[in-house]
Parts: sequence; C-alpha cells; structure tokens
Amino acid sequence: MKLLVCIKQIPDMESQFKPDESGSWFEESGLVYRMNEYDDYAVEQAVLLKEQLGGEPDLTVLSIGPDRVVEIIKKALAIGCDRGVHIHDPAVAHKDPWQIASLIANFAKEQHYDLIFTGMQSQDRGSAQVGVMAAEQLGYASATTLVGFTYHEGLITGLCELEGGLKGIVKLRTPALVTCQSGLNTPRYPALPNILKAKKKEIRTIPASDLSRAAALTATTRIFKPEKKGSGIILEGDTSTLADRVINLIRENTTLLR
Amino acid sequence: MKTLLIGESREGRLLNATYELFGASEKLKSEPILFLAGTEAGLPSYAGTLYLADAKKYGEYNPDLHKNMILQVVEKENPDYVVFLHSSYGRDLAPRIAASLRIGQVSEVVDIVDGTFELTCCNARMHRSVRVSTPRAVVTIQPGAFSPIRPGGTPLIQAMQTDALSSIEFAGYEPAGPEQIDLGKAGIIISAGRGIGTKENTALIWNLARILGGEVGASRPVVDAGWIEHSRQIGSTGQTVSPELYIACGISGAIQHLAGIKNSGYIVAINKDRDAPIGEIADALVVADVTQFLPALTERVTKP
Repeated sequence: MKLLVCIKQIPDMESQFKPDESGSWFEESGLVYRMNEYDDYAVEQAVLLKEQLGGEPDLTVLSIGPDRVVEIIKKALAIGCDRGVHIHDPAVAHKDPWQIASLIANFAKEQHYDLIFTGMQSQDRGSAQVGVMAAEQLGYASATTLVGFTYHEGLITGLCELEGGLKGIVKLRTPALVTCQSGLNTPRYPALPNILKAKKKEIRTIPASDLSRAAALTATTRIFKPEKKGSGIILEGDTSTLADRVINLIRENTTLLR
Repeated sequence: MKTLLIGESREGRLLNATYELFGASEKLKSEPILFLAGTEAGLPSYAGTLYLADAKKYGEYNPDLHKNMILQVVEKENPDYVVFLHSSYGRDLAPRIAASLRIGQVSEVVDIVDGTFELTCCNARMHRSVRVSTPRAVVTIQPGAFSPIRPGGTPLIQAMQTDALSSIEFAGYEPAGPEQIDLGKAGIIISAGRGIGTKENTALIWNLARILGGEVGASRPVVDAGWIEHSRQIGSTGQTVSPELYIACGISGAIQHLAGIKNSGYIVAINKDRDAPIGEIADALVVADVTQFLPALTERVTKP
C-alpha cells in the first residue's frame, strides 16, 4: 500500500504581517515558520494508519515551496513518514490553488497512491481548495474536514465535521484523498532517536517546473491590513486599574455586579 | 450577468444562510437562480427558478451526485458565477465544480467591489483582493459577511435527476453527544482561548465563572488541546451563545468563533495583542496578559 501526506509550511499566525514589495503577498523576512496546524493531524493520521497495518504501507510526505520547507519535511520524517519529496518552488506564494493542486496531482499520478492525506485548509490562505482539486484531477474519491477516520480493507469511514456539533458519516473506497480537521487525533512530538533516524531518510527534490506549467485561474492583486471596523474601546495600563475599569464597564453596560 | 446560487438544507429544513447568497448576488449585480438539495417541505421564499434535487433520493450531502446535477444546471443556464456558502457543504462541493469546469475559485469572500473579490487571510489579520482570470467563477462567501435578502414568493420548481454513480456514500448524521452542555441559555460566559497558555491556567477561567455564577466556554484550539471538554466549544462548529456578558480570555477571534458569540450583550476581550481580530466585535478590549489580569479581576469581584 502506498500513502502520501501533503503538508505546507506557514508563518506563525500571531505574527505582525505587512505587505511585501510586490504588494500581493506579505513580507516573509523576520517571520517564524512552522507546519500548518491541520497538516499536523494529516501526518499523524497517515502514521497511525501505517502503524495499524503493521508498518507495511510506504508513506511519502510532500511539501511545495522554497528551501525552508525542508524543515517540516524533516519533522514529518521524524514522526514516521518513510521518504520525503520537496517540490522546489520559491514562487509558490504567487501560485493559485489550481496550480498547486496540479503540482500535487501530476506528481501523484505516476506514483499510484492508495490514499492521500492533506490538511482541510492552510492557515495563511485558507482557500480549502487544493486537496479536493488534486483529488478531482486524479479522479480520486475525496472526503473533507474529517474529525473521525477508520480504515478497513480499502474502505474508509470518515466523520465529516458540519456546523453546530453535527457530523456526517461518509464511506469511500481507495484510491481516495481525505482532508483532515483539527481534533482528528492527537499529533505526537517527534522523539529524539527518531529525529536522528530521520536524518538518514531520503528527501527527493523536484523543480516545480518539471511537474506542471498549468496557468493560474485567479490572481491576487493586493494584500492589505483590513480597516478596523470595531467600535469597542481599548483599555491599556496596569493590571489593577484595568480590573477596576472593567468592573465599572460591566456595571454600566449590564445588569450584573450591582 | 447571472448567478447560480447553491442553497443548503439540513435535516429537512432550509438553512437561513441561504438568503445571504441573494445578498452576494446583488453585490455581483446579477440575476439569481437557485439550486437546492432539499425537500418541498423546506422551500425558500423566492419567486424564480429553483432547481430542486430531492434530498430524500439524492441526500443532503453527496458530492458526486450534487456535482453532477449542478453541472447540468450550469450547462443549461450558463451562469457567470456559481456561489456557495463557505460552510462545510460549500467548502466541500465548490472546488469540485471549479475543477470540473476548470474555472477559478475564490474562497471565503467577505466583500465584492466592481467584480474584485475581497478575502481574508492569516486568521483575518490581512485581506486580499483577488481577480478571477476565467470568464466564469466559483465563489464561496463567508457566512455573515453579506446581508441576507428574502426575495419573497413561491419558486418555480425544476426537479433535478441524475443516474450518476457516487464514489462516496453518505451514511447519515451523527448528532452531538448526549454529554452536551447547553450554553445557549447561559447569562454569563467566561471563555478560554489559546492565549491562556496551559491546561493549568484554565483554573483561572473556572474560578471566575464560579464567582460570577457563569458558565465556562472555550475556543476550538483549547478544546483540541484537551484543556476544556469538547461540549463547551463555542463557534460555528460548536455552540452559538447569547449571554448578557461574554468574557473572552486569550481568544484571538477566528471568524468561526466570532460567528458563535455575535449575539452576546456585552463582550469583554482580554488579549496581549491590541490588533487581535476579537477587537472587531468586543465592546471592550483589555490589552493585557490573561494570566495576570484574571486574578486581579477575580479579586475585585470577590472583594469590591
């Protein structure tokens, strides 16, 4: 059995963002990068499946981007992926979801994976398009936003998260692609011996231009800080004064604490 | 211009958010037509053409069958835009339509200005303007971003059919667990976000809730981390609340969380970052470390 997990490196979402010189993406220098949160769950689920099947499946981790994305490929290898693929593309931030899906699909087509895992979306762009579009290009069945996953002899039973605490139960057969929501499992931290072992695992680098030259279907024309629309007040100062002010505000604006 | 709107029903009832699609259609200066997988018992108040897929036969969720029927409508009507809600249903189905038609998709749109789409990114800290390069486009709109419009009237129903095969079986809904705590009627809610830092620090939240006679809520990351039980999650995928007082502790304010608290009476947010998106909805934003501020606030409440 062959498994693939696709991961993305994103900046810490608590960062202060500002537009870069192009005006259509944010300034990347000075930002701290890590694995997209949803992809942590995708990697964990792929490793759990490999373990469930006695270690038999061959599990590849793939990431697209500049040199720095090798860091998260190494993390996934330390968690339990067998081999890494780095689709080298310094300009990935300026590619649209269709182009990124085309890179994944064109790579995966030759490899005949049984099951592909992705996060349900990225935290920076959050389009939630790439996984499903890659599945559509491959002609794979796909299910999205999974908070439950079981696998038995080619049959996947997934719990899709809907709104208001409701979940949908779906069944699909391999070959398939599933997108993973947070809470699906409990992602592990890589253990030190596994970090050392991972250093010996192969990471293959493929230039993006070798895989796909698909044209973009959408283009970002501008990135900007949204105007503040909030009409609330902002309180700053020392903690005890702030506590007094908050209590007064609660008294003035609610029926409480009187 | 023409928009094909993709409505939604859940457990036999039309979702009210369907009317927000008409708001988006107006912003696109287009004539709307509607596709809905639903039943005749849950029809929208709208006098135009409704392409109705019988949910009893085709399910309220079945991406392959719904895709096939939507593509039939696209073929017949040739709409300029196909517009979904950015909901679990729309997020799942929209990229399938965009990929089948090889047209551009813009996701979680919050505004439309002269045919350019405005999207949020980086947890709403930045926005992007995006143009679609193909003549037609698939659009998903952020729930709550467009004012709902109820066109009124009775739809002209065109019953949809398909004999397409489905690669995915929808086996029904799993309801929220019986352990569910109903926060919907709570008058005071103290809610914990990632900024609380550790599981141990949630004691500060429980303590303040006890003293104020309120309930404890949580944002998604706190629930995922196992710091507070799942049944207390507030937001679009958890509970929707409307307390008289909502105190958000270390919650940055993802749109899914804001959707669940927007009907609160008075919102106090405590956050280290004065630019945190929670500031968009809070009546008062306290710029402070929650682990320092909460003990001070609790002390003032106990010893006025």
